Amino acid sequence: MDPLLSIERLQMHFPLRSLIPWRAPRLVHAVDGVSLHVDAGETLGLVGESGCGKSTLARCVLRLIEPTAGRIRFADTDLTALGEEDMRRRRREIQMVFQDPTASLNPRLSVAATVDEPLALHTPLTAQARRARVDEVLEEVGLGAGLRDRYPHQLSGGQRQRVNIARAIASRPRLVVLDEPTSALDVSLRARVILLLGELKRALGMTYLFISHDLSTVRYLCDRVAVMYLGVVVEEASARELFDHPAHPYTRALLSCIPIPDPDAVQERLALAGEVPSPVDIPAGCRLRGRCPLAQPVCAEPVPVREVAPGHTVACHLV
Amino acid sequence: MSTLAYVSADGGPARRSAAALLWRRLSRNVMSVAALAVLVVVALTAVGAPVIMPYDPDEPDAEHALEAPSGRHWLGTDLYGRDQLTRIVHAGRVDLLVALAATAIALSIGSVLGAVSGYRGGWIDQLLMRVIDTIQAFPSFILAMGIAAALGNSVTNIVIAIAITHVPIYGRLIRGEMLRIREMEYAEAARTVGNPRRRIIFHHLLPNCLPPVIVQATLAMGFAILTVAALSYIGLGIRPPTSEWGAMTAEGAGYIVSGEWWVFLFPGTAIMATVLSFNLVGDALRDVLDPRMKGV
Amino acid sequence: MTPLLALEDLTVHFDTEDGVVQAVDGAALAVGPGEVVGLVGESGSGKSVTALAILRLLRPPARVVSGRIRFDGRDLLALSEEEMRSVRGAQISMVFQSPRTSLNPVLPVGRQIERLLVRHGGAAPGQAEARAVAMLREAGIAEPERRAGQYAHQLSGGMCQRVMVAMALATNPRLLIADEPTTGLDVSIAAQILELLRDLGRRTGAAILLITHDLGVVARLCDRVVVMHAGQTVEWAPVRRLFHAPAHPYTRALIRSIPRVDREIAMEPIPGAVPSLLAPPHGCRFAPRCDLVRAECTARIPLREIAAEHRVACVAVEGR
Repeated sequence: MDPLLSIERLQMHFPLRSLIPWRAPRLVHAVDGVSLHVDAGETLGLVGESGCGKSTLARCVLRLIEPTAGRIRFADTDLTALGEEDMRRRRREIQMVFQDPTASLNPRLSVAATVDEPLALHTPLTAQARRARVDEVLEEVGLGAGLRDRYPHQLSGGQRQRVNIARAIASRPRLVVLDEPTSALDVSLRARVILLLGELKRALGMTYLFISHDLSTVRYLCDRVAVMYLGVVVEEASARELFDHPAHPYTRALLSCIPIPDPDAVQERLALAGEVPSPVDIPAGCRLRGRCPLAQPVCAEPVPVREVAPGHTVACHLV
Repeated sequence: MSTLAYVSADGGPARRSAAALLWRRLSRNVMSVAALAVLVVVALTAVGAPVIMPYDPDEPDAEHALEAPSGRHWLGTDLYGRDQLTRIVHAGRVDLLVALAATAIALSIGSVLGAVSGYRGGWIDQLLMRVIDTIQAFPSFILAMGIAAALGNSVTNIVIAIAITHVPIYGRLIRGEMLRIREMEYAEAARTVGNPRRRIIFHHLLPNCLPPVIVQATLAMGFAILTVAALSYIGLGIRPPTSEWGAMTAEGAGYIVSGEWWVFLFPGTAIMATVLSFNLVGDALRDVLDPRMKGV
Repeated sequence: MTPLLALEDLTVHFDTEDGVVQAVDGAALAVGPGEVVGLVGESGSGKSVTALAILRLLRPPARVVSGRIRFDGRDLLALSEEEMRSVRGAQISMVFQSPRTSLNPVLPVGRQIERLLVRHGGAAPGQAEARAVAMLREAGIAEPERRAGQYAHQLSGGMCQRVMVAMALATNPRLLIADEPTTGLDVSIAAQILELLRDLGRRTGAAILLITHDLGVVARLCDRVVVMHAGQTVEWAPVRRLFHAPAHPYTRALIRSIPRVDREIAMEPIPGAVPSLLAPPHGCRFAPRCDLVRAECTARIPLREIAAEHRVACVAVEGR
């Protein structure tokens, strides 16, 4: 069966404004040829540190920014070829939950107004029917219809994020893209929101594209995981496979940096030298080359994508 | 669903509504409360003028010309024997009306221009900003004078003249706010939810640009009144016999030397008190609305 | 062993327009010389306020209502501002969150360290420059001479934090307080910074009070842990004991609520909500959410020693 979302060789290059007007501008290679797919009902986790391009990729999928090359196929439709109005109508089916729960809510709209909007824009329901539906969704996310007339400044951070989620699922989209939905939340609230997302997934059969830098949350929620570095996917596998048998040096380095809450656990940190290079001047060959402790001369060549186990692909010369 | 067990879990306290918070902070400052009181008095008397004022503002009464303040005429009479108090209150109507109308028009036009300019950017932004630059290139009073002289000095034309000179204020302010707000996540969210662009600008973003505009409008009311008064003072403003503070002050200026001090002092004080009050209230609003309420 | 820093019964209130926020209520902690102590809690637990109280950096509307902060034999709360200034930066340093905003944006970073050295370290201006560069090198910054002349906005977040650490340790303080030093940093950079703190701490003999909400960091780096909840100190134990035999119901719930990257576990969020500090419950502030609650929980509960160096503020726990 065809995947619900299929990202094909997506590229997003931002030009840097150059002081010399006639020279071709230098480019920020935010996303540099990424191909991914998400099956219906699946949760794909997209991880990486800042600057890897995962947020940019999310925005391309929603066509909040226009990719410079590549295709995005959603259930047989080529999203990249759609006009403004057609895309607008498609938005019923692809929604997003943003990172900052406060900044992503219009301070002048009540909870009910915020959640009602996707329904008003995309469904033929009457005002009364919408009202009932809004209450239903508020119950689903654990807020309760009693909060419908509150404004964002009258809610706590956790509640605001739930409103964010309610807005995203109100029109029963087929795909929800979540961009770091718990990073701005306090530790104890994170668990609740993650559990909520898990329950919604099971109850409503949601498909998620879950973007995060918090690997432990990703392990909990995701079926498959893709790791990004400097605009490309370096490893992709099922969640269990990735965390138990990481193959790419970057993945292994990343996992080794996360402190395990067990004082007796043996954790050897795989150190990457230096810092993440600028996405403007990308080195040829493997992008990790300057920092990887295992680097060999062959790493200057274009990187092959190898399948090291069923469903587990790695972009590395050395595996 | 088991998550319902955690519903009240992250329930924060129901914080006070924005309006209540606003009032509480505003009322802390004695000066601003006093200024607000002055404005309320001016507004109420202006509205009720025909009813509450005992004399006719335009009817001359040669017998009682240039009388000093007394029990019969609390603020004295002018050259034509007209009661000053009545005239001042009626003038308040005119001045407030002109200021209000000019501000409302300038705000509406300026907001639309600024909002579109700020959100769209590109050549639209450049074009609109150049138009605004052109208006601002002229000293505002000279421009108002020029427009009033060209169109003729009726109340409508004065309003238009002042409105035009004030459009840039709101245009730039809204554009600045829009540039800030359009990067916020709720602007992005409005797009992902499926709003058409016009709705994003006018329904979502523009209302959030308004708090600084409210401050500016309050201050600008004061300037508008000064402009009307100044235009009338030099004869380009409201035509007599309609009473207007600036014109009254101009009339009174001729009598300072001869000792009839009340003819210019009271209208002048009226201008000063009203404009000062607008400024104080505007300043207080600025402190209160920003930064706690910025974006709220 | 006499502790280097001993906090007893610290209570801090904030006077706000909504009422009095009882941010810290009878908190206690101790740090021995050269030790790394973790101060753990969620946001609102009062850990940052406690750190600021130690350095007397709290300003109105904050008010220290009661308590003693004994550092090296002296009660810091009893010192004059003048005396306190010779303690801050020299004997006790602090590293804050968001390093870029903690650095002066208009001075090159090298100069900021030099100033500190001249003021507290008694270094002559000529020597200060060389020492500042040496500190930057020790903090793991490559090309320290060049970096010393750069401004905060020219450095990455990780590098700014290294500069902060260099500044904090330049005067050889006895105690370094690090308040969430890795929030906002990428995982790999955060790991580097924590390692740096630990290594430099060992090398200079400074004790570290590490404030964090991340139990993983605590497990890997700290010798002892103090857990705070809603302004109260609830548990205090050596690190291995805290993780293998947590005693306070809040600590146990906290440990159960975090997802793990090394294994698949069932995550259990802590039931209920953090109480409002405007009208907090009497006695133990975790009681309304606790499944072991009993009548005595509404009274003040002192920290009780249940095992060697292991103290708990709970009446429901047996001594072991």
